[in-house]
Amino acid sequence: MSRLIRMDGSGHTTLAEWTAEDAASVEAAVAAFRDELERGSIAMVARGPGRAEHVRELPLDEPLVIMRRPIAGG
Amino acid sequence: MPAAAVPPDAALPELASVYWRPRMTAERLRRRDRLWTLTTVAHVVPFVAVAVVMVLLSPVALPVSLAALAHAWLIPALYARRGATVTRSLAPASAGPERVSLGLLGDLVGPDARELHAHTGLVPEPGRLGTWLVGEAGALLVSGRRVSCWCVRATDPEGARLPSGDRVAHLLLALRSDEEGFATVANLAFSGARWRVRRRLPKRQRAALDAVSSRATLSA
Repeated sequence: MSRLIRMDGSGHTTLAEWTAEDAASVEAAVAAFRDELERGSIAMVARGPGRAEHVRELPLDEPLVIMRRPIAGG
Repeated sequence: MPAAAVPPDAALPELASVYWRPRMTAERLRRRDRLWTLTTVAHVVPFVAVAVVMVLLSPVALPVSLAALAHAWLIPALYARRGATVTRSLAPASAGPERVSLGLLGDLVGPDARELHAHTGLVPEPGRLGTWLVGEAGALLVSGRRVSCWCVRATDPEGARLPSGDRVAHLLLALRSDEEGFATVANLAFSGARWRVRRRLPKRQRAALDAVSSRATLSA
C-alpha cells in the first residue's frame, strides 16, 4: 500500500492510499496529488540516505510521497 | 570542489522566486566567505588602530582606546549573534501534531541524527558544500573551521502552524533534493569562524556543532 501525505498543522495528513492493482485507488490518488500541486505544494520522494527527489507526476511504485510547502529565505 | 551538475528538472522549484540570484556553488560560497572575512577585518582593524594610536598619543586617551577596542569586539560579535539565531526553536504546536511530525522526521533520518535532533533540535546532514545542521528556521553549514548561517523556513500561506518536526523535514527534503538550490534560496545571515557562532548558540546546540565539527576534522 502506497501513501500520499501532506505535511501540515496536524503533523501530516494522509491524502490518499493506493495499490497499483486497484485502479480506483490510483485514480483517487492522482486526483489528490494534482489538487495538492494546484494548492502550491511540492511533491517529494525520499531516495535513500541523504537524497530526495522532486516529482511532478505521482510515482505509483513509491511507498511514500510527501507533499511539502515551498521554502523561502527568512 | 566542482559544482554539481543539476538537471533543470531536479532544481528546487523555489528558485523561481529568487531568479535574480546566481545559483550557489562551492566557488561562490568561498567568495562570499572571503567577503565576510574582509568585512570583519574592515570593522575590526580601524577600531584597533584608533585604540593603539590614541593611547600612544596620550595615555589620557585610554578610555577612548578601550571604547574603540570594545567596538572592535562587539561588532563581529553582533553579526555572529544574528547568525546563531537561525537555529532558534519556534513556538511548538500542540502535543499531538508535534508527536506525529517527529515520527515522520524520524523516518527520514538515521538513528544518530534522530538522537542528535532529540537533544539539540538540529538534524545533521552531510552535503557537498559541507555538513549542514538543519533546524526549524534555518541551517548552519559547517565547513572546516568555518560556519555559515542560513535563514530559511517553510512557508505556509494558509497560516496553519507547522509542528517543529515538519519545519525541519521541509528544509531537509529541500536540501536533499538540491543542495546548491537550497543555499541559493536561503539568506546568508553570517559566515565566520566556528568559535564565534558556537559561543552564541544555546548550550544544548553547541553539542551538535561539536559533533559535526569533529566528524569533519576526522574526515579531513
